[in-house]
Amino acid sequence: MTDNEVRQLILDIIHDIAPDEDLSDVKPDVRLREQLDLDSMDFLDIVMELRKRHKIEVPEEDYMQLATLDGCVAYLGPKFAAIGSSAA
Amino acid sequence: MRCDVAIIGAGMSGLAAGLRLAQFGRSVVILERHGMWGGLNSFYKKDGYRFDVGLHAVTNALSPGYRGPRIPLQRIYRQLRLDPDLFALDPQGFSMTVFDDATLRFSNGLELLTQEIAERFPGEVDGFRLLGERCAAYPDSMVERPFVSTRAILADFIRDPLLVDMILCPLLYYGSAHENDVDFDQFKILFNSIYREGFCRPKEGVRRILDVLVSRFRESGGRLLRSTAVEAIEVRDRRVAALRLEAGGVVSADVVLSSAGLLETMALRTDADRVPPGPEVPGELSFVETIWVLDRPAKELGWEPSVAFFNRGSGFSWRRPEVFVDDTSGVICCPGNYRHDVAPEPVVLRATHLANHRAWFSFDPPAYDEAKREALKISESAVEAITGPFTSHALYRDMFTPKTVTKFTGHRNGAVYGTPDKRRTGRTDLDNLFLCGTDQGFVGIVGAMLSGIAIANAYVLSAKGGEGA
Repeated sequence: MTDNEVRQLILDIIHDIAPDEDLSDVKPDVRLREQLDLDSMDFLDIVMELRKRHKIEVPEEDYMQLATLDGCVAYLGPKFAAIGSSAA
Repeated sequence: MRCDVAIIGAGMSGLAAGLRLAQFGRSVVILERHGMWGGLNSFYKKDGYRFDVGLHAVTNALSPGYRGPRIPLQRIYRQLRLDPDLFALDPQGFSMTVFDDATLRFSNGLELLTQEIAERFPGEVDGFRLLGERCAAYPDSMVERPFVSTRAILADFIRDPLLVDMILCPLLYYGSAHENDVDFDQFKILFNSIYREGFCRPKEGVRRILDVLVSRFRESGGRLLRSTAVEAIEVRDRRVAALRLEAGGVVSADVVLSSAGLLETMALRTDADRVPPGPEVPGELSFVETIWVLDRPAKELGWEPSVAFFNRGSGFSWRRPEVFVDDTSGVICCPGNYRHDVAPEPVVLRATHLANHRAWFSFDPPAYDEAKREALKISESAVEAITGPFTSHALYRDMFTPKTVTKFTGHRNGAVYGTPDKRRTGRTDLDNLFLCGTDQGFVGIVGAMLSGIAIANAYVLSAKGGEGA
């Protein structure tokens, strides 16, 4: 999965959780919560949607890794790769 | 039958909990005693008319373009993945509180109320502003705290006892299970829900909200069993082992959420006689409600408020009255007086008064019917004294009593708001039984939905909860 695909997949999840947010110009290196109206419960929902949709577990101590889109790519990229290779 | 989560009761809290859980792939069964869902917020058809059971208003209106701290309705939309347009909520025009010596109008946002207080109680408006600031943040809904008297705190902000009662009257009517007072955390929630955010109403009444919740729940794989009463909660080793159904059969689940009320749930346990009694007692506050179908919109009869709260005589009394119906105060609600583009059908005016549940439960059938007729007359003259004459335009009348409330909610004493001692954590002494709804959370449609969501999150979805995942 490319970095862009991971970014898009996170944005898709955010769009479903917060359909009223404008996601057209989310900066990858700025914390999501600084750009979007997301609170801690929304953030938990991102983690839960990752588990539900992609079977990816994010332990609580790693939540901070998901603070920015760049962080999501760095943290989730290898996890998706692992799933991809085990599926193949 | 086996499932991950069984939910007792298909009211607003049970449906919201069920939807939240089903959306995350849990297998959920909701067991509803009645043929219809909705609990106290349901709807029915009688003699060709469609009525809502208890909907005066949906609180916590979300103004278009609102930007600010997350408010409860936004939380519900997000947590249940609902488009805000689905409930089709339209705001009120204005509402008011009418006492003998003063009238205060209010609408969504604190501006109108602040302005009215400044005009009628000029020396108090600064105190009211400070009170608003004190209430600005919502308390955590699941933290157990001792009761804090709102009346004691209000004394620091407002000197005139008339204004104290006028501020309290709508809020107590909307949601205090306590007599003559309300816990200050609950007051903050009511203050924000009713004054700061305000009233709205679904275009087609409560059925719109229920339709959305039920259809989404089913689309997400949830099962809703109607006319399915739980006869007993079978307890083994500090756990609910199974739910035994009245119609025969059992449901077993990893987790059970009950919206049936704290005492009502405990009474269903097979070990009920061995459970040490807690401090909780049944609520005492119940109501009668009169519904008139009118032949023309209330506005044409000169009545414009969406909701009016009235009190006559000195001092506002919020307790179980001595008499079977207390006409000294009440709530007059007019669904047609919201900003709907299409007027709701039929044209309805409804009035709610405090009632003595003991009296209503003691009447034999002929006396009960006679009491209803008598209460209707009492209500009509009390309401007409506020609204002006309208009963000559009444095509139809219906009424509910504390007995009706018990029938629809299962709450003892017809206590709409349940026990005064809430179980904020939702926990019980059983490891997999949790409460949601009236006796856990906050009242009203929005409070009930939030309760279901919060309990589902805390005890089923949360990684720390250990269940499911």
